[in-house]
Amino acid sequence: MSGFGNALSSSIGKKFIMGVTGIFLILFLIVHCGINALIFINDGGLTFNVGAHFMATNWIIRAGEIVLFIGLLAHIFQAARLTFENQKARPVKYAEYNGKANSKWYSRSMGLLGTLLLIFLVVHLKDFWVVSRFTGIPTVDANGHEDLYAVMKEKFQDPVRVAVYILAMFSLCYHLLHGFASAFQTMGWNHSKYNGIIKGASVWYSVIISILFALMPIAVYTGLIN
Amino acid sequence: MSTGNMNLTLKVWRQKNNNTKGALVDYKLAGISPDMSFLEMFDVLNEDLITNGEEPVVFDHDCREGICGMCSMFINGRPHGPKDLVTTCQLHMRSFKDGDTIVVEPWRAAAFPVVKDLTVDRSAFDRVIAAGGFISVNTGNAQDANSLPIPKMQADAAFEAAACIGCGACVATCKNASAMLFVSAKISQLALLPQGQPERYRRVQSMVAQMDAEGFGNCTNTGACEAECPKGISLENIARMNRDFASAKFVSEETV
Repeated sequence: MSGFGNALSSSIGKKFIMGVTGIFLILFLIVHCGINALIFINDGGLTFNVGAHFMATNWIIRAGEIVLFIGLLAHIFQAARLTFENQKARPVKYAEYNGKANSKWYSRSMGLLGTLLLIFLVVHLKDFWVVSRFTGIPTVDANGHEDLYAVMKEKFQDPVRVAVYILAMFSLCYHLLHGFASAFQTMGWNHSKYNGIIKGASVWYSVIISILFALMPIAVYTGLIN
Repeated sequence: MSTGNMNLTLKVWRQKNNNTKGALVDYKLAGISPDMSFLEMFDVLNEDLITNGEEPVVFDHDCREGICGMCSMFINGRPHGPKDLVTTCQLHMRSFKDGDTIVVEPWRAAAFPVVKDLTVDRSAFDRVIAAGGFISVNTGNAQDANSLPIPKMQADAAFEAAACIGCGACVATCKNASAMLFVSAKISQLALLPQGQPERYRRVQSMVAQMDAEGFGNCTNTGACEAECPKGISLENIARMNRDFASAKFVSEETV
């Protein structure tokens, strides 16, 4: 019998797929946030545009982008499948269910938080990714790089868009608060000597990543950087 | 906490059998002693119902001292009620107040069909155990216990996993009706001991396959099971099961 297909279609295998793709996306966010944070150098986006140019032209990064989309789609489809199956596992609901007595609301709301993030992702990809990969960035900066920073400045003049981005970062923060530590548990990495570190890293990572991302539209909109 | 006798309103799930739809039915109870257990309160209710010529409420119970795993009521949105680390039979009416309304439902999961009222069929658990929750030993005299040295911490961890009474509270409270805490405890209690090693990787594959076949949901690590377990079974067991499952499927030559 083929062990691998059989393993991945089992209940634990499905968790492994969520966990592995989740950790992969967690690592991606570090890169994404790190490069975007270059705007805080406040040099008119020159350094940021160097980073963006590198990400757009380096072939390893471009190949990685394909892997990223595959990982993202796997995460989304697997989540949808799990949600569907889990609802089938309890056809008759409880009249009275006290979830808050035994678990965090965000651990029970990963599907909702994930759906909000997916909606945000569509908006976000349309705002930046489609522009930089397909329709083209209209201007170049002083170094002759495509001026993605100018695109960012223009997009974040819209207060509605800024608000959507900030709200999405709340979803991201809570999604990560559960997802980060949960991925370790799923992979079986639960050890009394490391659980404290994992838990601490989970909170720090979720909060720092979300705040840094949320500060970007705020800083541009309020003119803190220009 | 009450001292005097209490008047209570119960909303109890009544369902004739698995083919009919059930509903919550209201019952008024007067003069309930705070020293009664929750099940003794149900005994009073049933006496009243029988006296009035009505059908008594069917519920599972056996030892009434918290070790058999038969009692199974979902009380005010939580399995075994509001107290931690107790079963329904060990829950006392002093945990409620005079005038309270208490909602009592059966465990709800596709894998635990309702038999009648508050009794559900938990034989899915038996089939998971039969799939691999055992060790194979030749008959004859038991060998000397000291010939198999086991580190104290290891023995303690196995004992803690073995404390699982198979009541199904983990499945009942899990938002996904997942049985992973139960199955992982039953795998761990053997995986941690030398006697469990020969069948360790075969066991985890067989038991997980049976768990999936029974229609339990998938774990999303909310931790509700650990919080509600009357025996305090730890999530570490699920992590251990996941590790063993990965070893079995991705490393071991023996696939089941």
